[in-house]
Amino acid sequence: MSGIEATATPNSFGEVRGAGDLEHAAGRLMSKRIIVGYGFWIFLLSDIVMFSAFFATYAVLVGQTAGGPSGRELFDLRNTAIETACLLLSSFTCGIANIGAQAHRGSWFYGAMTATFILGAAFIGLEVQEFAGLVARGAGPTRSAFLSAFFTLVGCHGLHVTAGLLWLLTMMAQVFAKGYRADILRRMLCFSLFWHALDIIWVALFTMVYLMGAAS
Amino acid sequence: MSHSEHERDKNYPDIAPGYERPEGHDAEEGIGTYLTGLGLATLLTAVSFFIARTTLVWQPSIPVALAVLAIAQMGVHLVFFLQITTGPDNVNNVMALFFGVLIVLLLLGGSLFIMAHLNQNMMPMDQIMQMQR
Repeated sequence: MSGIEATATPNSFGEVRGAGDLEHAAGRLMSKRIIVGYGFWIFLLSDIVMFSAFFATYAVLVGQTAGGPSGRELFDLRNTAIETACLLLSSFTCGIANIGAQAHRGSWFYGAMTATFILGAAFIGLEVQEFAGLVARGAGPTRSAFLSAFFTLVGCHGLHVTAGLLWLLTMMAQVFAKGYRADILRRMLCFSLFWHALDIIWVALFTMVYLMGAAS
Repeated sequence: MSHSEHERDKNYPDIAPGYERPEGHDAEEGIGTYLTGLGLATLLTAVSFFIARTTLVWQPSIPVALAVLAIAQMGVHLVFFLQITTGPDNVNNVMALFFGVLIVLLLLGGSLFIMAHLNQNMMPMDQIMQMQR
């Protein structure tokens, strides 16, 4: 590739004058993969900041039960433990899928992605079941400020996981249709970052909402 | 950029700088990191769930222990799953992470601090009700 073509690429902000300089320039330019990962990391941090606002709301309102049930009466830690196991294992399989994709190994990629989808769907299923049970017991989001904050926080995380599942299917379809192209692999990297970040938020969530709620 | 990446670029002079190599990398080396992370995260989660319901420890210490375990587990996830490292490629990511953590702490701590003080300084609810009559 000639030097002119190289300067036309979007991220070559160094001086690339000729083929002889390419090697030198490679030492200074950041790879596109690192730049994409950095940009998506900024988005994830902004998402985490948004979640921290919901966490703060929940922490302020946790005692305002308006005479209704408190977390101690409502939360079933066995259910939470199964949900946590699902999400933690899916985070692991998602990492394996990303490694498989970068190594162009179809069996690893499709197998691990399928496992991730099944575990994520099981998580969502358990959460929907829990929400339906709470509403049926008269402990819906309209019952008290505590329950409004609870449904907002946990529901927002659930929506993120649901969006992640759709993204997962899209990634499988893209790899199937377009193969292990560099841009597809960068999207796969972003997806795995997203899925790991959801697991980090769930760690804060099950500790602050479920465990502390059941212990206090 | 790391030395090893520079080395690889020498082998593929036809590729514009900044572009990924067309073929895959070694897959096995990455699995070990994930297995370590999974093991540590499972351990920390199990301890969290055990501590939450045990009567073996002094009860007021439980929320503190849970908070410490959660922060430790988030650290494990960051290092082993998100693979935030101290390498030269990662300086920007670490700086952004610190900024994010700062904002999260300000938001959480500030909200709790302000709301607790407002609660303390507010007139008891039954007196407010009487004034409204």
